[in-house]
Amino acid sequence: MNIQEMILTLQKHWSDQNCILMQAYDVEKGAGTMSPMTLLRSLGPEPWNVAYVEPSRRPADGRYGQNPNRLYQHHQFQVIMKPSPDNIQDLYLQSLEKLGIDPKEHDIRFVEDNWENPTLGAAGLGWEVWLDGMEITQFTYFQQIGGLEAKPVAVEITYGIERLASYIQDKENVFELEWTSGVTVGDIFYQPEFEHSTYTFEESNTDMLFTLFTTYEEEAKRTMEKGLVFPAYDYVLKCSHTFNLLDAKGVISVTERTGYIGRVRNLAREIAKLYVAERERLGFPMLKGESVTNDNN
Amino acid sequence: MTTTNVLFEVGLEEMPARFMNDTEAQLKEKTEAWLNDLRLNYDSITTYITPRRFAVVIKQLQSKQDDQEEEVKGPAEKIAKDENGDWSKAAVGFSKGQGKNVEDIYIKDIDGTNYIFVKKFIEGKSVDELLPAFKDIILDLHFPKNMRWADQNLRFIRPIKWLVALNNENVIPFDITGVKTGQVTYGHRFLGGKTVLSDPLQYEQLLEQEYVIADAAKREQLIVNGIKQLEKDKGWTIPIDYELLNEVKHLVEYPTVFSGTYHESFLEIPKEVLITSMKEHQRYFPVTNNNGDLLPFFVAVRNGTDEHIETVSRGNEKVLRARLQDAQFFYEEDQKLSIDRNIEQLSRMVFQEKLGTIADKVSRVTEIAAMISSKLGLDDQELRKVKRAAEICKFDLVTNMVTEFTELQGVMGRKYAEIFGEDKDVAQAIEEHYMPKNANAKLPESVTGAVVSIADKLDTIVGCFTVGLIPSGSQDPYALRRQALGVVQIVSDRKWKLNISDILEQIQVLFESHVKEEAEKKQVHHQLETFFKQRTAYIMKEEKIESDIIDAVLATELKGVSFLFAKASLLSAKRNDTAFKDKQEAFVRVLNLAKKAEPHYLVNQELFVNEEEHNLYKAYNQMKEDYAATLQSQAAEEALEVLGRLVNPIHQFFDNTMVMDENLQIRENRLALLLAIAQEIIKFADLAEINWKQSQA
Repeated sequence: MNIQEMILTLQKHWSDQNCILMQAYDVEKGAGTMSPMTLLRSLGPEPWNVAYVEPSRRPADGRYGQNPNRLYQHHQFQVIMKPSPDNIQDLYLQSLEKLGIDPKEHDIRFVEDNWENPTLGAAGLGWEVWLDGMEITQFTYFQQIGGLEAKPVAVEITYGIERLASYIQDKENVFELEWTSGVTVGDIFYQPEFEHSTYTFEESNTDMLFTLFTTYEEEAKRTMEKGLVFPAYDYVLKCSHTFNLLDAKGVISVTERTGYIGRVRNLAREIAKLYVAERERLGFPMLKGESVTNDNN
Repeated sequence: MTTTNVLFEVGLEEMPARFMNDTEAQLKEKTEAWLNDLRLNYDSITTYITPRRFAVVIKQLQSKQDDQEEEVKGPAEKIAKDENGDWSKAAVGFSKGQGKNVEDIYIKDIDGTNYIFVKKFIEGKSVDELLPAFKDIILDLHFPKNMRWADQNLRFIRPIKWLVALNNENVIPFDITGVKTGQVTYGHRFLGGKTVLSDPLQYEQLLEQEYVIADAAKREQLIVNGIKQLEKDKGWTIPIDYELLNEVKHLVEYPTVFSGTYHESFLEIPKEVLITSMKEHQRYFPVTNNNGDLLPFFVAVRNGTDEHIETVSRGNEKVLRARLQDAQFFYEEDQKLSIDRNIEQLSRMVFQEKLGTIADKVSRVTEIAAMISSKLGLDDQELRKVKRAAEICKFDLVTNMVTEFTELQGVMGRKYAEIFGEDKDVAQAIEEHYMPKNANAKLPESVTGAVVSIADKLDTIVGCFTVGLIPSGSQDPYALRRQALGVVQIVSDRKWKLNISDILEQIQVLFESHVKEEAEKKQVHHQLETFFKQRTAYIMKEEKIESDIIDAVLATELKGVSFLFAKASLLSAKRNDTAFKDKQEAFVRVLNLAKKAEPHYLVNQELFVNEEEHNLYKAYNQMKEDYAATLQSQAAEEALEVLGRLVNPIHQFFDNTMVMDENLQIRENRLALLLAIAQEIIKFADLAEINWKQSQA
């Protein structure tokens, strides 16, 4: 099964579970979790079921296309279901079967792995799913997001697309994976991997990036003050990516580093609170008639 | 007596392996205590645990509590009877309230007062009524990490999927988070199916048919057998790491042991890296030959049968290959760098926000190591080694390998240092400066390693205390307790006469920029001394030194930990030594009477009345200098000997002097003299704390 078919299969599967199929969010980010479709929508009492592919950029993992396992940008298939359904593990395992992985022929395990992202004030409990010893999925029950208690609890399932494909296609090198018939990951991504690595480690304009960070941060604060949650959050994502570029280049000193992470975290927390307040002001429209008092305020 | 068999099972999404032993133990204890409270007898309680369930089977449980006569206490007799000796309203009310008549009342004396009583018959309850309360046992289980799910408020280890509760073939009704009890259990996630249980005693057997070995000990045995079989078939040696075995048995419900292989060329990577990759990251058992050399194979455990085991094995080989390729790449890349370049990078790595970078730490550790070395009187060659080892002790932290395999810090430092041509002792010290890694782990073997280890730990401890990061309760994120323990162990093991108190003070100077006032510095120093004394007391306890001896020696200043140990063992011996009785009595008498003195009392020779006072004061002045010298050189036996010079003058003093003289001035002067002597004795140990056991002379 090539990657394109894998994505189509997963989309169909989760669409059948009443997930909204979203497209990737159009601001750079390090993980699918950071999309507002996850981070913000997981907050508050409103139900939310969504699935999407998220290209995730991790500048520090750039290897000029030379490493068989590491990428500047990889793909995650992200599922969020709130409240977490009782049969979520079964739904997940069914998705693997649809990808051609018969659990009886393999060794599939749920191994404890708790997830924490201090930058986002987020924490969850769950597992990494092992397929014959390989971690293919992160499975998390959100307990806290943006410093707020998650209630009801959303479950997040994050498939590592390239990882899973390397198993399904039995390939050792990520660039040899077939994206669609006759086209490999290498065909599409080798050049951007090389160029982004070159840019990140050698060519990025440090002064400009520092200026951008501050500019984005100011804009995030300003828009937040106007009560504009989503625009403010976009600027937080831009801050985060700019910071990642600076960090990968090694131009942020240690003391500064903690400071920068703290600045992004504070923004994310503020926005999380603002988002819930804004949804409450709107009467939690997605509750559709159910009345729920919000415990977070 | 009729009995019944009972089963409770809680089905869960996969529990964390690390909490399972404790969960099973709690389940057993709490069930026992519960049945005890209910006064229900039983033949046996058996617990089961797998990643997806825990269960308890109670065999031959008494099906009804015994009937009981209970004594109910009423009001006091004087209230229960009126002036004529007839039962009062209170007595009538009481007996009625208990469903009895006044004829049933009897009187009993309780602590000197008479009260009225009735005997009440309590009919034993049937287990049908009592067993639903097992719900509280489930909810009372304690887990280190709990979670919520869906829209439930309950915090539990993992979401509850099903509940089985059977009293013989009957369902015991209760529910948790909307899950109702029933008699259906589920077998292995992929190989087993739904099973209806109608006999608690069939539980284990029926589950086994559904590919679940519910008994954790049995799973462990199956894994061990599988490993032994492979050893026999292939001629391998497979050392069993029990921690790993314990984890692996809790990751599967139906274990099948299998093996896989990796390319021989990976054996060029240091074996610690291979072992970490296999054990820590993949939960594999490494394979060696008879000599303990790694062979390119691994042994793993699958959750299932041996069907399609080749697929599973191939999959695992592929994962390990990717990991080892990474490791090999890191190993080669790291060797292209130099120690100097790595050390430069340490200034980019934070140690602790307020305490600066690792580079800052290294420069302090270098200074502290030099200070300790000079106190130990190390020779020039040793000094040079300590200096170099301290300077480069953290260089491996920025290597690719340690970034990826943090647990290999120190180990990789040693390897790379050797490759880069560093002195062998220096390389060894890099690895050893992290020792001891926990309470009973190995101590550094080399002097160089020991010095750098102490310096590194003391830097962390003093630094953290200075910026207010002091361990409290279960909060000890920088593992300061373990590190202080390490310092005490190394110093006492080597019998080094280091004055820890002075060393702590000197290290405090390095953190002066964090301290505003002298008083603050003094307070931190006091906290540090107390902290080290507590750690010392902990080790002494571990070494079975009695607590009164520990209290006695820890009442002194913290000069050196070796000295404390020497004094403790000396006093342990003297405790039963008849020859020491005379001395002990003199010292203890002084210590006890000196407690009556106020701290400001000063000795005034002109107020001495008798010769014995003069003699004692003279003896005291004569011994002081020698005594101070023995304390300085931390010579326990000698110090006690010098103190002994005071024994005769003390006895003569007490024989001829009434300390509590009527004249206030004379009395205070005598107390002042005893106080001065007591202060000297205390410098050795608070001998009054000891429970002396010498036989009568």
